[in-house]
Amino acid sequence: MADMRTPLSRARGLGSAKKGTEHFWMQRVTALANIPLMMFLVGALVVHAGSDYTTMTGFLGNPFVGVLMLLLIFSACYHMRLGLQVVIEDYIHGEATKLLALIANQFFTLTIAVACALAVAKLVIG
Amino acid sequence: MSEHSKPELKARPLSPHIQIYRWTLTMMLSILHRATGVALYAGTALLAWWLLAAASGPDAYATVQAVSSAWYGRLVLFGYTWALFHHMFGGIRHLIWDTGRGFDLKHVEILARITAFTPPVLTLGVWFAAYLYLGAF
Repeated sequence: MADMRTPLSRARGLGSAKKGTEHFWMQRVTALANIPLMMFLVGALVVHAGSDYTTMTGFLGNPFVGVLMLLLIFSACYHMRLGLQVVIEDYIHGEATKLLALIANQFFTLTIAVACALAVAKLVIG
Repeated sequence: MSEHSKPELKARPLSPHIQIYRWTLTMMLSILHRATGVALYAGTALLAWWLLAAASGPDAYATVQAVSSAWYGRLVLFGYTWALFHHMFGGIRHLIWDTGRGFDLKHVEILARITAFTPPVLTLGVWFAAYLYLGAF
């Protein structure tokens, strides 16, 4: 079979290296980011346990809060996409069902991310 | 390699599955880490609902508040708080293992106990604080 690699890739001699660990690496990076971001969310929800609509939207409309919320949304959604991907690959063995589940995982996590991000953007920008 | 050339299936001996083994804390935590991960995944729909409602207006937000302050809403949020802390502590344990530390039996047991018993305490603490802010006490 013909070698499908590019001449540059052959010259570098790295094989497929530096890509194969991306899943593992990003799972850890997002895990690390999730720790302080989730503690921020839990803390904010505790403090605002009794807050009404105006107080809550005022808090969520603060640009600093908005930045943290967007970071949280993207880090958490990235992390859970990787996580559920592994769960699907471990337990679903039928090729068609597995592919559909993997695609559904992509759709769900991106939908959640976009929905949350749009809501936060509206709360901050108005 | 097509379906027609499959060799006759024989009942081969299988390696023992989980129901054979004595339950250990580390086993339980491994399963719970995955289970809480999946639960947190599904629960992000609630986070999206809350944020979209806040962005939509007072009426939509009132619905979220009604559900989240009902007993079943509180129960789900309480469970979600625990799942979050449990998954977080399980994750921190994995990050420690990623550095190559904590694999000897003694530290595995210590880490397992911290991972199992800190999240319930934190969950109760967070809810106590939330009820304080609600003015319940």
